[in-house]
Amino acid sequence: MKNSEESDSYIIHGKLALPYTYFAGRTGSTFLTTLRDQRIIMGVKCTACNRVFVPPRQTCERCMADIRSQWVTVESQGKVVNHTVIRYQDKHLPRKPPFVLAMILLNGADTPMTHILEGVNPDRVVKGMEVAAVFSPATTNTLLDIDHFEPVAEPP
Amino acid sequence: MTRNVSICAMAQIKNQPAIWQHRFQGMLMECFESIMEQTQVTFDMDTGLRNVVTCSDDVFDARTISDAAVTDVVGAHFRGEEKVAQDGISALGYAMACILSGHDDLILVMGHCKESQSESRNMCTNLSFDPFYSRPLGLDYLNAAAFQARAYMEETGLTDAHLADIVVRSRQNGAHTRHARENEQVTAKEVMASPLVADPIRQMHHYPVTDWAVGFLLCCEERAHEFTDNPVRLTGFGSCMDSYFLGDRDLTAHFALKKACARAYTMAGITDPEKELDLVELNDACAYQLPLWAEGIGITGKARGPKWMEAGGMDKHHVNLSGGMLNGNPLMLGGLARAAYGFTQLQGTAGINQVTGLQRALAHGTTGAAGQHHAVLILEK
Ligand SMILES: [Zn+2]
Repeated sequence: MKNSEESDSYIIHGKLALPYTYFAGRTGSTFLTTLRDQRIIMGVKCTACNRVFVPPRQTCERCMADIRSQWVTVESQGKVVNHTVIRYQDKHLPRKPPFVLAMILLNGADTPMTHILEGVNPDRVVKGMEVAAVFSPATTNTLLDIDHFEPVAEPP
Repeated sequence: MTRNVSICAMAQIKNQPAIWQHRFQGMLMECFESIMEQTQVTFDMDTGLRNVVTCSDDVFDARTISDAAVTDVVGAHFRGEEKVAQDGISALGYAMACILSGHDDLILVMGHCKESQSESRNMCTNLSFDPFYSRPLGLDYLNAAAFQARAYMEETGLTDAHLADIVVRSRQNGAHTRHARENEQVTAKEVMASPLVADPIRQMHHYPVTDWAVGFLLCCEERAHEFTDNPVRLTGFGSCMDSYFLGDRDLTAHFALKKACARAYTMAGITDPEKELDLVELNDACAYQLPLWAEGIGITGKARGPKWMEAGGMDKHHVNLSGGMLNGNPLMLGGLARAAYGFTQLQGTAGINQVTGLQRALAHGTTGAAGQHHAVLILEK
């Protein structure tokens, strides 16, 4: 920059912090309240392409079909299809590092969902690992009513 | 009548880790004044600038309607001003459309981003995710990229050593590029020893926090001579938005990038990108994205990225001679930085890395997690 004079240059500290409420949508409301009240993970199935979407949505983006009423229950168990080990600390993260975020394909679903994976050494996570949801003891009224996933069997 | 569009001038400040002693308005002002000085363009409502397109992000600027904070310093008061809140290469595409439609002869495009203002860039990008299924999990652009990196490495055999080569080369090229961020030169061994931040992504695989501003004057081709003796034509633009949820996408299939390219190539009359592109600037926020995007734009032939790299593809196709985004450009401006470098190359003013006999360049930008949105711009001498 042309004028990079640094004397008499003052920085003020600020912060954006603004509580919000977000309508979860009708489809999202059913998903979240069913998760909260019945500990069941729901998806929606497009009958045109036979895909089951988790998280649910009201339209199949490929078929442009209205699928909002085609609820199916998927299992709370599935396979790890991808993962990362988060080794940095930050305020938006749900756990202290290191922890694992995984893409998990639940049995009965066609789109993997992302969630926290615990109960396994982060360096021992492998593709195809069978994992199951661990529900939170008290409701959070959010997706975090699934507190995390953990391996079904002890890893070798 | 078919119109053509040229870039008549470009002005930028140096990419820096933290331009703390200037407000982003001041950063833009320097670019703006340079463009006025280079071109003598006026604000006459009949013959001058009637419309300005800006690019900025509310969260990075920590104020909503972030464009409202810069209208005066970019000359946009008392005339049209429109903001693009995604990678600024889309602002160039939008400016092209304004001129090609006959709506305007001249458009000023001004972009800024000061990543250093926030305590955490990852907290900013976490806010781009929905508050129901993604944000509570801590998803941000870094850890989302990590999923894509793992999928791509598994599928193609891209290794930690390949990634190290990309980082080393990026920093070497960055050191030869005017206005590029100054980074330490590193060896492949040092890159491979840099800490993992989101496996398989290491700290040095990820672009550093950077502040920058840039401006472009675009004009219909028939009036370009009023502002420059050395215009660069914009002959193609295309963009495509992929699915939002990472789980809905095939993270290595290039769905959106291929569609964006198809549109831009058709517009520019390109049938064989491998032969017809002389210079390529890809928006590689992370090292693995260079070969991944190279596949997507169609310059690797039948080879996957690692084999293409081993065959010398990066240098053969003049890919990211600027250092790429990996060397340091802020989010929102990665694509504008690619276009700015393509412009200097086609003008013949790129310095040590100048390619001779250059006719046509591709500049690429991405917006969203793991390249949800892609846009490509074709620039020609
Ligand atoms: Zn469908």
